[in-house]
Amino acid sequence: MRRIYLDSNATTPMRPEVSAAMIPIFSGDFGNPSSIHWFGQQAKSLVDEARQQVARLIHAEPSEIVFVSGGTEADNLAIRGIAESQKAKGRHIITSRIEHHAVLHTCKDLEKQGWEVTWLNVSPDGLIDPEDVRRAVRPDTVLITIMHANNEIGTIQPIEEIGAIAAEADVYFHSDGVQSTGKIPVDVKKLQVDLYSISAHKIHGPKGVGALFVRKGTTLKPLLTGGGHERNRRSGTENVAGIVAFGIAAQMAREGLATETDYMRQLRDRLEIGLKARIPSIHINADKAPRLPNTSNIMVDFAEGEGLVISLDLKGVAVSTGSACSSGSLEPSHVLTAIGKTPDEAHGSLRFSLNAMNTAEEVDYVVEVLPGIVERLRELSPYYKRA
Amino acid sequence: MPYSSKLLDYFENPRCAGELADANAIAEVANPVCGDVMKLWLKVAANRIIDARFKTQGCSAAIATSSYATEMIIGMDLNQARAITREQIAEALGGLPQSKMHCSVLASDAIRAALRDFK
Repeated sequence: MRRIYLDSNATTPMRPEVSAAMIPIFSGDFGNPSSIHWFGQQAKSLVDEARQQVARLIHAEPSEIVFVSGGTEADNLAIRGIAESQKAKGRHIITSRIEHHAVLHTCKDLEKQGWEVTWLNVSPDGLIDPEDVRRAVRPDTVLITIMHANNEIGTIQPIEEIGAIAAEADVYFHSDGVQSTGKIPVDVKKLQVDLYSISAHKIHGPKGVGALFVRKGTTLKPLLTGGGHERNRRSGTENVAGIVAFGIAAQMAREGLATETDYMRQLRDRLEIGLKARIPSIHINADKAPRLPNTSNIMVDFAEGEGLVISLDLKGVAVSTGSACSSGSLEPSHVLTAIGKTPDEAHGSLRFSLNAMNTAEEVDYVVEVLPGIVERLRELSPYYKRA
Repeated sequence: MPYSSKLLDYFENPRCAGELADANAIAEVANPVCGDVMKLWLKVAANRIIDARFKTQGCSAAIATSSYATEMIIGMDLNQARAITREQIAEALGGLPQSKMHCSVLASDAIRAALRDFK
């Protein structure tokens, strides 16, 4: 069967150049970058090159890039690392209700351990008001952590404004940039973030590798103790193949930004215009807010999201949903709840997330098959009355 | 795909979907866990279910188990129908992933609720 992948906020396929770059590392350039012999130094220079490539993508210095195992570890290192290193100053953290679970659950864990957390609300469009951040800052605030772009609805937060507030208050500022990096331009200097998380597999790199940008001069308690790799910020022999591939993916993402952002936006708009024209009673979340160019979160009245996802999958189309029925916890999406949607509304949510390898023809196929799927599920609903 | 081909068949081609104009027992139940909703129409005569139809707004497992249970009870006497458990329904469809086991409770609840309505 023909397969169409529109779930790129979950993960992306590696670009062929990226996977090709990994192969020589497995048996040829297999050295340990900590070794002083030729094999080790060969590996070290490959890691250094990748560090430059990743740094360039977000306008950081190479020395400010700490390679880790992925977005989750980057978020944990940033939040726990600052919380632990700053606890003499205070134990108050500011975050939002729509963060990724890697931030949400880390902050909840710190809350259990005695830190105080302010959970900022968002507007119905999913946006944080920077003034709310300003008002939440206290003398004992040690960290503000607000995601750059939301993985479910795609809203882009006013990070630059929040960064200015954090700088003025002299509070460390972390942003989870896992979804924004590679999809929109990111400049950590302009954003005034001290810490910024990125993940390779969301930008056509491999799984199991990511990075935390740590601004020069930031004190951070490491999560792992060991050989003091990554300038004492992250011990453990480097995932050289993953890091090299991440570097290539970052370079290609940077080169593609100018054209791919617009391309994805055109496809996304084509999808939304097509679906709105052909399916009555659907609503696009956060469509008035600044949004990632690749993300579309749609609520379908009188149909349930898991059933829509399975039906689309049976037609070869991969998407996701924030419905309680598809989550292990059986709770509706915390993001949709935070923007004021009822569990009933979240029940019918669908997330499409594109990448630059998708085509207009793929989008047209979805626009062609989804109306029939929705109609079939609505016919089965005890509440649906055909107009 | 976390489901059996039999379950997917009942999801894609549900049997006994729709409403029953001459039903004499009707119930609508909601799943408190996830919010799925099922409405069941029964026609009961001489202590036996002689026809049944359903409508469900819910996930694929909820729709498939609704359909299978509705089809299954046609022809049963009322005590047989009341005795149907969610495990029976889930097993008949090739089992459900642990996180979806609650879906099959919708159908067994609806049957019992409709039969209470008939009394």
